[in-house]
Amino acid sequence: MADTLTRSTTSTDRTAADTRVPTVIADEVHVVYKVHGATRKGGATAALSRIFSRRPAPGIREVHAVKGVSFTAYKGEAIGLIGSNGSGKSTLLKAIAGLQPVASGAVYSHGQPSLLGVNAALMNDLTGERNVVLGGLAMGMTRRQIRERYQDIVDFSGINEKGDFISLPMRTYSSGMGARLRFSIAAAKDHDVLMIDEALATGDAAFQRRSQARIEELRASAGTVFLVSHGIGTVRETCDRAIWLESGVLRMDGPSGEVCDAYEAFTSGG
Amino acid sequence: MTVTTVTAPQSPAELAAAHGLTVSGARPSLPRYLAELWGRRHFVTAYAGARMQATYSTARLGQVWHLMTPLLNASVYYFIFGVVMNASHHVPDYVPFLITGVFVWDFIGSSVNAGTRAVHGNLGLVRALHFPRASLPISSVVQLFQQLLVTMGALVVLLLAFGQTPGPAWLLALPALFLMAVFCAGCALVMARVGSKNPDVSQLMPFVLRTWMYSSGVMWSIDSVLRTDHLPHWVTLLLKTNPAAVYIDLMRFALIDSFKAASLPHHVWPIAIGWALLAGVGGFVYFWKAEEEYGRG
Repeated sequence: MADTLTRSTTSTDRTAADTRVPTVIADEVHVVYKVHGATRKGGATAALSRIFSRRPAPGIREVHAVKGVSFTAYKGEAIGLIGSNGSGKSTLLKAIAGLQPVASGAVYSHGQPSLLGVNAALMNDLTGERNVVLGGLAMGMTRRQIRERYQDIVDFSGINEKGDFISLPMRTYSSGMGARLRFSIAAAKDHDVLMIDEALATGDAAFQRRSQARIEELRASAGTVFLVSHGIGTVRETCDRAIWLESGVLRMDGPSGEVCDAYEAFTSGG
Repeated sequence: MTVTTVTAPQSPAELAAAHGLTVSGARPSLPRYLAELWGRRHFVTAYAGARMQATYSTARLGQVWHLMTPLLNASVYYFIFGVVMNASHHVPDYVPFLITGVFVWDFIGSSVNAGTRAVHGNLGLVRALHFPRASLPISSVVQLFQQLLVTMGALVVLLLAFGQTPGPAWLLALPALFLMAVFCAGCALVMARVGSKNPDVSQLMPFVLRTWMYSSGVMWSIDSVLRTDHLPHWVTLLLKTNPAAVYIDLMRFALIDSFKAASLPHHVWPIAIGWALLAGVGGFVYFWKAEEEYGRG
């Protein structure tokens, strides 16, 4: 049943599609990744022989995380990815970003899709100030762009609302403050295709309102926003389209209201 | 405005081609890769500086440890090799000799070590953001080079304290430092690729590095110790032309008055340049060949 629903929505889309500009095309994407088992760590001699023999280490298992997903995303869309835990949502995002190889099929994209994942470049021992610069550089902004947007980033994060926290090391921040600063840095750059993985669950109500407005802005100015979330409410409010994945298979693709309804019916039923 | 045909249903590949979409995550060509890397130079230096600053940020003495650690290291070696084992017996100006060796080796050894972990230890970053991956090992070496410059400052003070007279020969340290940096960057790039495929290599590196250190004459003089032994000539030659020994001896030659050119192997500058070119160019190409594979699997 889900299959027919998918087909019908994509075929109605196709008539209108010709005036729209595609930004991401996923064509029968399969993602398989290897998991190193616990047996991997052996003694020094085992490690040595592995290095020289180039045999695969024992205990490697393959996980087929995404199974033949196809869709076309257009400029100006905000697409929510929903599905239960382990259904392959984050893996699909990584494949779109070109950070995870596809086993078969292809992902075509406009510009460089970026994952909102600047946190990895930030250092807890450095001040918020230095981290804004470091994060911006890691995302490929120039020093000048960072200087221009520095104040916006700090204001947006609201870090300085309760005193001069931006000049303190990030390890002194509360988890909410840290998450807010990370989102602010990541959202400071204009992306062609922006992918957000569970970032909006953090922060207080005021910050969540601001970030939704920022996502709206990015959509309007740049292109396409992907949002992975377990909060169906967030997807309904922020996205106009939703893709529902279940154990790596695309169950449904269509307007976010419809897809969220079907997903909720599915989760409450089973 | 691109006009697409409505009648024929397009395949995804055709649709992608019609709108100029490209395959995500493909490896750029070598010149393009170099250009991308150059575009990220500020990231490379900022990341190196940030890590340098973060290293001792929780220590009470803070940045002073950048200086204290190599000095303490050198004094341990002085005690063991200089006093207990009497390696200083044949070497005039043993303390400057030892300190120069230890500081320079620190840079070479840590570059190789840091290179091994550069990609594997930053998987989070590699999996989250797009940038030329060579930025990571190169930024590690930049960080260590900054560290080396700090210790070189201390070295100059120590050399003066031990009665060395500064002269024009000291300027020879600059090209030596430069060649060494290129060599180390190349080594770090090679090890970064090896370490990303085989994380176990980082467990073996301490042993490899220790062997390399002891055979490169860091705290003893290859020349004066092996002269008395009945080793074949090619063993001595091999030890003396290994890159670590070449760069260490060049620095000693530049900075220490009593370290004469006779202690250097023949054609030492061409050898130093050759090692730098081989490691630098070879390492870069070797690393780039696997660019699209880092952080995967």
